[in-house]
Amino acid sequence: MKKLLFLALLTGITPPDGNLLLEKIDKNISGTTRRLVAEMRIVRKRGTRTLRVRSYVKGDSAFTEYLAPEREKGTKLLKLGKDLWIYTPESDRTIRISGHMLRQSVSGSDLSYEDMLEETRLKDAYTASTIGADSLNGRPVWVLELTARKPDIAYQKRRLWVDGERHIVLKEERYSRTGKLLKTTAVLETKLFDGRWVATRATFRDMLRANGENESLPGTEFTVEEVQFDAPTPPGLFSRSSLRR
Amino acid sequence: MTTLQLAVRNLRAAGIHTWLNAFALSLAFVAIIFGQGLLEGVNRQAEQASIAFEFGDGQFWHKQYDPYDPLTIDNAHAPIPEELKPLLNSGAAMPILIIPGSVYFAGKMLPVLIKGIPADQKVLKIPSAMLTDTTKDLPVLLGQQMAKTAGAGVGDYLTIQWRDARGAFDARQARVVGIMHTSVSTIDQGQVWLPLNKLWELTTMAGQATLITVKKKPIPVPALPDWDFRSLDFLLADLRTMIKTKTVGQSIMFIVLFLLAMLAIFDTQVFSIFRRRREIGMLIALGLTRAQVIAMFTFEGALYGVLATLLGTIYGTPLFIYLSARGISFPGSAQWGFALQERMYPVYPLSLILGTTLLVLITATFVSWLPTRRIARLKPTDALRGKGI
Repeated sequence: MKKLLFLALLTGITPPDGNLLLEKIDKNISGTTRRLVAEMRIVRKRGTRTLRVRSYVKGDSAFTEYLAPEREKGTKLLKLGKDLWIYTPESDRTIRISGHMLRQSVSGSDLSYEDMLEETRLKDAYTASTIGADSLNGRPVWVLELTARKPDIAYQKRRLWVDGERHIVLKEERYSRTGKLLKTTAVLETKLFDGRWVATRATFRDMLRANGENESLPGTEFTVEEVQFDAPTPPGLFSRSSLRR
Repeated sequence: MTTLQLAVRNLRAAGIHTWLNAFALSLAFVAIIFGQGLLEGVNRQAEQASIAFEFGDGQFWHKQYDPYDPLTIDNAHAPIPEELKPLLNSGAAMPILIIPGSVYFAGKMLPVLIKGIPADQKVLKIPSAMLTDTTKDLPVLLGQQMAKTAGAGVGDYLTIQWRDARGAFDARQARVVGIMHTSVSTIDQGQVWLPLNKLWELTTMAGQATLITVKKKPIPVPALPDWDFRSLDFLLADLRTMIKTKTVGQSIMFIVLFLLAMLAIFDTQVFSIFRRRREIGMLIALGLTRAQVIAMFTFEGALYGVLATLLGTIYGTPLFIYLSARGISFPGSAQWGFALQERMYPVYPLSLILGTTLLVLITATFVSWLPTRRIARLKPTDALRGKGI
């Protein structure tokens, strides 16, 4: 906070209102629909796996299809609000992921199925206060501390490093109710798509897992190849029947 | 000379053949008693261990609790009903709270059930007293299989993650204060045990439980709106079914063994009747009825059963006594799917021994009688000429 006041006095820049910044982040990331093709690189001591996925996002619904590797090709994930289904072509079955299955990692990555069900609109879930200023990837950033608005939000505290001009989060830390660091996200590259700044390369780390043999490993790297906002989605995509198509 | 005396004389005359047949049959006799005794012993041991470590004399389950449905665990808890509090206060019952979570250790993440148990409980043999840890660390107790899976030992620190009553993530480091040695895998694999009061505090679920285990079934069982009483018969039903399936598999092996022994008797009888057709003709000519001749041959076969029982008793009795006293070691038996200990002690109830003896005698007699039916159609003149069979 002292650093923030010092910066404000020195530069004459007033720290932005955290909640306003959250709103701008939400606006930047959300569109009517979003289509993206990305590569997920999961680095573990025993080896590295690379998955290629195509996702469609609309509001709180999402549809993801695995494109590669061959073994995983055709696997589909459907999120409808707080419900999640997975379809695997080899078993030709659709399974609802809930209960203990939600705690399992997605294809061995640092992301759990639970993470996929998280509230995506930050403004609705958190109140934010600007607690500092910093610099990341050569960009000036504001550090926001987020506190959950309701006690049922999975991560009760978050800390964001936000590029105030581009309205994009460049670093994120998620904490437990009692303040233990659980997950981190670090954005390595950003790119402008249709007038919006998008994180095109980022790493996710499950910090509880990041010890022992995984301590020095980068975690899960996500590289976005294509993004399209407000793109038309195939009809009936956000329904369970689309999983077996 | 009676037909029985004749039968005995014939058996003695057959010498080594008689003893070989009797020995083959005695092997089946001993194997059946041993196998059934072993299963009976396993059954009793498994039931006793399950009662001592898991079920007590029955459990009250929260209405939504279903151990085979992980989707229900999240909501399967409620405040302990007032009606059961006197039982809890007197130490005759104890609550267990179960919530899903994850354990992180040495870079591994394992989905687990986090179970809270009162450290001072005396209802089950779970060594919960280990959880009375005086240090500031959160103590955790693991079963031996869970410890092996996680690769953790006493003194290691695990990170446990869960969601509290409202759904928010929380995580804490916990120190392994003990490894529980139990054959009951349903309280071991994929589970961690915490002091109940700590779990209440961590999850903001104070005073809640998923199940309540009783030391002695209350009579009458109180009717509680959110809780169902599960009797021992209900709780042990799966275990009994599992043992029954093992029994069926083992029975097939016994039937094969038994059939082989019976085939030996049958063959001997057929060969004996063929070889002794002149003797049969002579006996009928001398005045014995066909029924008496059939009886003689049947007695001979039945006596194989008697001899087999005697032989089996001679070498089987010391073997059974030794095995039931020393037990049999089955390494890796914990992976069988139900509560098995490293050493199994066979049990031989009287009903099993008598039943098997009766089975051997009746079957040997029946198998001996089957080939003798030809004698009823035999003409003595044909028999004397060595024909007719």
